[in-house]
Amino acid sequence: MASNKKYWKSEAELNPNDSIVEALQQNEFVEDIPVDEFLGDKETLASTNTNRRDFLKYVGFSTAAASLAACEGPVVKSIPYVIAPENIVPGVANYYATTIADGFDFASILIKTREGRPIKVENNKEAKVSGGANARVQASVLSLYDSTRLQGPTANGEPVDWDAIDDAVKSKLKSGKQVALLTQTYASPSTTRLIGELKAAYPNVKHVTYDAISEEAALAAFEARYGERALADYDFEKADVIVSFGADFLGDWQGGGYDSGYAKGRVPKHGKMSRHVQFEANMSLTGANADKRVPISAQFQKVALAYLYAQLSGTSASGELDASVTKVLDGLITQIRKNRSKAVVVSGIDDINVQTVVLAVNKLLKSEAFDPKAPKYIRQGNVKAVQALISDMNAGNVGALIIDGVNPMYSLPNAAEFKSGVEKVDLTVTFSQNWNETTAVSNYAGAANHYLESWGDVEIKKGHYSLTQPTIKELFDTRQLQTSMLKWLGSDKSYYDYIKETWNATILNGEDFNKAVHDGVFVAGSNEMMESMSDAPAMMSTDDDKESADQMMEEETVVAAGVSVAAAVRSLSAATSGDGMELTLYSKVGMGDGKQAGNPWLQEFPDPITRVSWDNYVTVSKDDAARLGLINENVANGGLDGSYAKVTVGGVTLEKVPVIIQPGQAKGTAGISFGYGKKEGMKAEMQTGVNAFALYQGFNNIQSVSIEKAGGMHEFACVQLHKTMMGRGDIIKETTLEIFNTKDHAEWNHVPQVSLNHQEVPANSVDLWDSFDRSIGHHFNMSIDLNACTGCGACVIACHAENNVPVVGKAEVRKSRDMHWLRIDRYYSSEESFEADNIKKDEFDGLSGEKGSLGGFGELEDPAANPQVAFQPVMCQHCNHAPCETVCPVAATSHSRQGQNHMAYNRCVGTRYCANNCPYKVRRFNWFLYNNNDEFDFHMNNDLGKMVVNPDVNVRSRGVIEKCSMCIQMTQKSILDAKREGRPVADEEFQTACSSACNSGAIVFGDINDKDSEIAELKENDRMYHLLEHVGTKPNVFYQVKVRNTNEA
Amino acid sequence: MKKVTYRNQISKILGISLVVLLLSSFSLIAQEEGPCGPGDAAKGKALFNQNCAACHALNRKMTGPALANVATRLSEDEGLDCDWIYSWIKNSPGKIKSGDAYANKIYAEYNQAAMTAFPTLSDQDINDILAYTAAAPAPAPAATEVAAADGGAADKGGVSSEVILGALVLVFALLVFMLMSVRKTLKRVMEANGVDVESEEISGVPLWKAFAKNQFLILVSVILLLLGGAYFAYGWMMQVGVDQGYEPVQPIHYSHRIHAGDNKIECKYCHSSARKSKTSGIPSLNVCMNCHKSIYQVADATLAEGKKYGIDYNEEIGKLYAAVGWDEENQKYTGESKPVEWIRVHNLPDFAYFNHSQHVEVGKIECQTCHGPVEEMEIMSQYSPLTMGWCVNCHRETNVQVEGNEYYAKIHKELSKKYGVETLTAAQMGGLECGKCHY
Repeated sequence: MASNKKYWKSEAELNPNDSIVEALQQNEFVEDIPVDEFLGDKETLASTNTNRRDFLKYVGFSTAAASLAACEGPVVKSIPYVIAPENIVPGVANYYATTIADGFDFASILIKTREGRPIKVENNKEAKVSGGANARVQASVLSLYDSTRLQGPTANGEPVDWDAIDDAVKSKLKSGKQVALLTQTYASPSTTRLIGELKAAYPNVKHVTYDAISEEAALAAFEARYGERALADYDFEKADVIVSFGADFLGDWQGGGYDSGYAKGRVPKHGKMSRHVQFEANMSLTGANADKRVPISAQFQKVALAYLYAQLSGTSASGELDASVTKVLDGLITQIRKNRSKAVVVSGIDDINVQTVVLAVNKLLKSEAFDPKAPKYIRQGNVKAVQALISDMNAGNVGALIIDGVNPMYSLPNAAEFKSGVEKVDLTVTFSQNWNETTAVSNYAGAANHYLESWGDVEIKKGHYSLTQPTIKELFDTRQLQTSMLKWLGSDKSYYDYIKETWNATILNGEDFNKAVHDGVFVAGSNEMMESMSDAPAMMSTDDDKESADQMMEEETVVAAGVSVAAAVRSLSAATSGDGMELTLYSKVGMGDGKQAGNPWLQEFPDPITRVSWDNYVTVSKDDAARLGLINENVANGGLDGSYAKVTVGGVTLEKVPVIIQPGQAKGTAGISFGYGKKEGMKAEMQTGVNAFALYQGFNNIQSVSIEKAGGMHEFACVQLHKTMMGRGDIIKETTLEIFNTKDHAEWNHVPQVSLNHQEVPANSVDLWDSFDRSIGHHFNMSIDLNACTGCGACVIACHAENNVPVVGKAEVRKSRDMHWLRIDRYYSSEESFEADNIKKDEFDGLSGEKGSLGGFGELEDPAANPQVAFQPVMCQHCNHAPCETVCPVAATSHSRQGQNHMAYNRCVGTRYCANNCPYKVRRFNWFLYNNNDEFDFHMNNDLGKMVVNPDVNVRSRGVIEKCSMCIQMTQKSILDAKREGRPVADEEFQTACSSACNSGAIVFGDINDKDSEIAELKENDRMYHLLEHVGTKPNVFYQVKVRNTNEA
Repeated sequence: MKKVTYRNQISKILGISLVVLLLSSFSLIAQEEGPCGPGDAAKGKALFNQNCAACHALNRKMTGPALANVATRLSEDEGLDCDWIYSWIKNSPGKIKSGDAYANKIYAEYNQAAMTAFPTLSDQDINDILAYTAAAPAPAPAATEVAAADGGAADKGGVSSEVILGALVLVFALLVFMLMSVRKTLKRVMEANGVDVESEEISGVPLWKAFAKNQFLILVSVILLLLGGAYFAYGWMMQVGVDQGYEPVQPIHYSHRIHAGDNKIECKYCHSSARKSKTSGIPSLNVCMNCHKSIYQVADATLAEGKKYGIDYNEEIGKLYAAVGWDEENQKYTGESKPVEWIRVHNLPDFAYFNHSQHVEVGKIECQTCHGPVEEMEIMSQYSPLTMGWCVNCHRETNVQVEGNEYYAKIHKELSKKYGVETLTAAQMGGLECGKCHY
């Protein structure tokens, strides 16, 4: 049926008398192109001296002249130091120990500097706690060189002197009206002392600590039980059974930093490994690593926790649970009862009852992994104090508000209330590295130091102190709050001297301060230990009391004005759901609380679970998506599109939140991550996602939510569209602990067979090529243990930093032009486990029918509702028989005797044939010039951002292929150091950026010709296998079979 | 550092000996009564240069005060006798400790840097030195003049060859001109005599026409021409981006000839990071000041040499002082420094990784192997082409220094067995692999 609709391109078209429209219908242009004017005039044509041939001559000549002129080399200037600093040798890196403590991330790290520029973050192996840098900490060095940083103090956006701020604050301090300090968690002994002195000098000073993502419930529960606002520490290495109720402890749960201990317990040793059961709503990194993952909403997690506690303590708890959940719990309880002290229970639900019960359970079990005696101090935010401050502000009681390290206008759910409060405060000074939502409403913005420019100290865990030392002089006219506070106190001391004083007086106990600065960490020595020991008996006795109380199952175990455990359990088992769906707010590995949202490395870092970069989104289960009409689809250009949803929590609505359908998301739940949706002071490219803090009502990560479909489709930049492995069991080899312990490795680590002379033989026994002799010198290999890898992605950022990998932006990532040299593939199983996938595929019989491959493969593409998840880091496999090398027409990629596949960028002409021929798809093509290019306005487009570039690695130009070099610059350096010192290379000296960044010990690198090395041992391990062994590429990277502990009881 | 043969050595020796001869004959005349007794000014000068010159000059303040006529000045201004001078020189710290007023005054005036004690100097030695300080200023100009005149004479050899060449060219030009005019005159004479000049040229076919008719010859010569052209074109093209001989004008005229050549300063004294870093490092100015704090001007002979290049070396030292912020007058750093923007001579492209320490420390390669006779270069220039072919050739030919290096112990044993040789080249070690230099 023909339509009578009239379509029109502009309003003018609707006017029938419009002459232009008429003309345009007939002709392409409204007016004739005046070609005749010069072509028609023969005389003019004849009289011009420049004919076509002359023109071409000129063009040719000028091109030749221009290219000849370009042959002249540029004049390069070299400017040496006037007075060379003693410890700097140009071309040699220096390392300094320091500590990041930005209120969200706390870690003791080493900073690599070149010619005085910090360029990379390394783990501090001396640190006993939090010595590992996660992806954000790895990327934090780039935030130092953020071109959008505040370059000096401002008043209402106009530059001022620091004196102006000092004078304003001082007059307010003297006025007697309340001066409120609203700060991040410092956990800093010196800052605490300093604020104490400020309070003593000016009694009107009030200090309020605020964490954007609060741990209020855990802090309150711990305080109630142990009398101190802190967080219990856990050592998952010591646990055989780990039960988590919505705690993403491999992510940012209670400050994070637990992955290294966890991973140690996950590698099967002597036939044993820990068993990890995760009850959660969102698919978290932790859930993805669990042996058993039970997707249930927070409401049922509470009931399940109550059930677990009741069973273990011998009481009973009411509350309805699904039979399948009860079954898992019963199995767990049997396991826990076998060895109670080897079990640990954790939860990430912001509910004081939950946290109270968790502490009680661990106490009850006498869990070895649970350490309440030396708790962690890295979260101190006090929600009540923050709310009280806001009402004080609104009441006009606050004379001055000084904010440091937090951005309440962005991260407070009641930001509007805060804003109206700020308007009633006489003076607001915000210390911040960047212009943000809060500086925008403040009178003064104090340009703050980056932590790499600051002095500082942290007590991450009781008795474990860390020092922050500057690794570069302030780049701009910035100042840290502590320096300002000293000025306000009228002291002319530097903060460095102040810290030294504090440490010498209270911490070091006679030890050398400079040594502590050198090490970056200090553990309270034996004397201190003695003191705490003398305290200990008292503590112990109270603990014992509690234990006996627990064991006696006394209902009224009321601890210090807290909640009684029994009452908490009762309230948990009575947990009911709100109306509609349940929303779990979480923080992403790559973005955290959004402090570094302007960091291009982090924006481009793909989320380990969804593999989406440059975005946050609401995750929903497949069933809910179908019910709500939400879809995800892969469109023709290879991008992932998703519906928009309208997300409403208690009257606050986020319009147009992109939707990701998340396998493993518990039915009836949804998840949104914090940290995105920042606008103020950000480059346009970085203004990604939606601000989930608006939904963070009452600082509770569990909210009742209603989700509706909204119009339009969102374009994601997702780096992995294929979610499953389609039963190709030789990509990720997986087995269960039972099979691993009982069967021969040929069975669970099966080498693919190929046909040779019509006989099936193992693929690694066939070789089309003559192999080179690699037995002499070094032969580098890398081992990746799929059991230890948690998928955290610290290696991805470390690789970016070490190898000058460019950032390409959202649009390019969407076109699959991401440049990551190292990717962490995430696979879902289609059946309930990967093994079931393999079996299903093997049983395909014929094209169609019940077991037909036609429909079967389609089914295999679809991940299960609660899939198994596996992570696999993939970089260049450095094949000894590399398919890329044989096809390069210009021999730009070639093999070395040391096992590395070399890539000579200056030789590459960009045919991309190698990338085509690579079975692992690890080669990346520079589609554009990514530096000095306004189209890619990231750090490599400004002088400041370029300071992070590693001078030992080439910055690639347009039109060449690049890929993992196995950090040849690092191996070459280790070799050269040894040569220079005339000694053999020690095993641990050989590292790559990824292997040294790996906290969990999953990536091990070394020389297999060194028979005593760890890598040589790993190569002989029964779990060792190569990726796509049947292709015969003989890679120098190998993997260790993933083993899951599926023992149900 | 490698020994080098000096160009113009004979003339230089002649020149220097002449100066020495003149000076010594002069000093014979200069012997006189010193302020504290008879002294030999010539001997005194030698002693002065040996012991005092590091901190003292005759007519200017350095680390210590100026010493011209010091004995006279001391006795006249301060009333201090020769015994005071003897005891001061022999044990100045003791003198300061003893509470001597003038000793402490001087000590305070010169930044509390005590003068080294010279117990080995005898009173006679001191007399000699004092004689020199009393007599010295006068002869200096005379010596300079002689040296300058002499230097000029000695250098004639260098200049004269150019002059001779120029003269030759002139002579040839004259010859050509004369021959032309002779021919012209003869022609005119012939015309005047009515002799027909043209007629003899018509006989026979001209050579070029004969050549043009022979197609084979044309073909051969065209091919030769093309080949020749291609050869030179290739040669020229391969020069593109190769800056061999690049000799930029530097902001301070620094002469490697004087420092590394005449004064035989070890390369790595200044370029110390060549030992441990990938860059050899342009020395920071504080390294220059290690010596130039006391070397505030060059010897007169050297100054004269500088004239050859149109350079006043003393002015160049002044530029260094300005850059580092050294106040010569008060012997103090002003703190106002201005880094020197040197022009980089050796530029490797970004995609080539080169490490100095690998070659200098591990490979024990002389700096001159790549940088050429630096000790003869007045202005630093790029000696080697720095092309990949050049690198690779060296890697093929150079043996790895395996002796005494534990790192190579195992690898050397295995590799020599494999190749059946005792010495290994860098190439056999894998020094030709792309990724060793390109990453």
